[in-house]
Amino acid sequence: MNTALRRRRLGIWAQVAVLAVICVVWIYPLLWIVSASLKDSLGVFSGGLGLLPGSPHFENYARAWQDADFGLYTVNSVIVTLGTVVLVVLRCALAGYVIARREFIGKRVVVGVLVATLFAPGGLTIIPVVELSDLLGLLNSRTGIILALAGGGHVAAVLLYAGYFNRIPRELEEAAIMDGAGFLRTFFRVVLPLAGPVTATVSVMTFLAAWNNFLLPLVFTFSRPDLRTLSVGMLAFRGTNSTDWSGLAAAGTISLVPLLLVFLALQRYFVEGVAGAVKS
Amino acid sequence: MSTMTRKAPAGGRLVPARRRGLAARIWAERWSYVFLLPTVVLFGMYTIWPIVSGLYYSLLDWNGLGAERPFIGLANYREAFGDPLFWKSLGVTLLIIAVTVPLRVALSLLVALVLNNPRLPLAKLFRTALFVPVVTTTAIIGVVMGFIFDPAGGPVNQLLLDLGIVDQPVDFLGDPATSLWTVMGVHMWKWFGITLVYWLAALQTIPVTVYEAARTDGAGGWAALRYVTLPMLKPFLIIIALLTAIETMQIFDLVLTMTNGGPFFSTLTTEVYIYQQAFAGTTPRLGYGAALGVLFGVFTLVFAAIQAVGLRYANRVRSSS
Repeated sequence: MNTALRRRRLGIWAQVAVLAVICVVWIYPLLWIVSASLKDSLGVFSGGLGLLPGSPHFENYARAWQDADFGLYTVNSVIVTLGTVVLVVLRCALAGYVIARREFIGKRVVVGVLVATLFAPGGLTIIPVVELSDLLGLLNSRTGIILALAGGGHVAAVLLYAGYFNRIPRELEEAAIMDGAGFLRTFFRVVLPLAGPVTATVSVMTFLAAWNNFLLPLVFTFSRPDLRTLSVGMLAFRGTNSTDWSGLAAAGTISLVPLLLVFLALQRYFVEGVAGAVKS
Repeated sequence: MSTMTRKAPAGGRLVPARRRGLAARIWAERWSYVFLLPTVVLFGMYTIWPIVSGLYYSLLDWNGLGAERPFIGLANYREAFGDPLFWKSLGVTLLIIAVTVPLRVALSLLVALVLNNPRLPLAKLFRTALFVPVVTTTAIIGVVMGFIFDPAGGPVNQLLLDLGIVDQPVDFLGDPATSLWTVMGVHMWKWFGITLVYWLAALQTIPVTVYEAARTDGAGGWAALRYVTLPMLKPFLIIIALLTAIETMQIFDLVLTMTNGGPFFSTLTTEVYIYQQAFAGTTPRLGYGAALGVLFGVFTLVFAAIQAVGLRYANRVRSSS
């Protein structure tokens, strides 16, 4: 083996070693949360950097799940997230399809407005959204949270669908119409099933945004603690039990684990969704 | 996007192209309007209307409780311009951007270049590990980081004490001298992976044949990097820096849960200040909050435009020299 090649091999493994150390440090805080959730209160303070609990204390989970209502918050988060994902996928696919495929009066206006608001700062519309929801009786309800999460923005998802539908050969739709399928049937039976990869990307990105959203469920549940989602519940838990570290760690683990599992299973679509922002 | 606004060439095949009246043409495309309805209604309610009414609310003296909300013209804006905390919050937001964005963009490019090497073992695993914090819930991380940086028993202080780096625990989040830097550090950690994936996506756009051609021309690893990879990444620098900066402006969740803007306003970002004015005070000031929101929105857009123009200009100067 010549020395140049050997030096390059060595260089590669040096890079691997450095990256490995960085990555361990990187995920250490997440491992610490899980570890702290299994220690007793004293163990969290005195344990220092050690991750292994002496004997696991699962009662932290019972405390978080029942006493701190994280069971309820989990249900709320699941309902809000699923509702938002379904609504976003449906409305964005429908809009993307007609924008890509149909010529109708007002199309330019619709596309123009969508694109123009792509860069409007999102978080600052919260005051009027609260006011409008209050007027419509949606302020203290999960439906209100879902509508607000699914209603604003998501322009990128519409454009993603439109771009994809543009590339589907027209012969497929024409064949469906020849077979006597109407507009609706053509879309739901032929076109939408073809957009599986886009639906997957839009679903995981929406899932992430909805599950992690904080400000909206926070201001929507000021007077209804029973409707809090996990992220809002965490802040409330610290407000009432700031010394219960192991309980808080258990609550944090309850909220983060489903998210990480979904991420690891569907990582490809997360990465594609994020990367899409650059490529377009 | 141009492909979507362009007239679909085969559209006429589905519906025979004939000269028709306006009503008939709309009727023929009735399903198109039905399909657009959910988006138009929801988008109108939750994006368009808030922008328009936010402008109107900013002209009111309104505490959000009663029906009483007198029109006061530009008084909220006048107050904002004389409000030291508003300026302070803009300064904090800008400082966060000025420090974290260049660092994040540069460091993640470095890691992306290493990870992009097809001969690097475990590259996928490393990418996943660095991306994991991105998917976590910011509000949860903010609460948990309060413990991780706690002066009494938090693991970071334990480590610093054990290694003898400090004699006394550092009150990272309780001391105005360190709180903002700690928030920035956590923010960098949390979002580093997303900028990394941006760069990896950009690197994917460089065809392998380009590298092969460079190698045939006798370019080694560094030469290929200097003369092939980096020049081809240049156009992406603008978009990635812009995306990273705009994301950084929305640092609300992390700051609210980690420090709530304190101590002594040292981490008060504009979004947190707006939230406090509109929702968290003893008397909510929705009108004033809306005015601050409008100003911050304008500020964001201007900042993004300046950045885009500036970067493009810098690129042109560099490429012409």
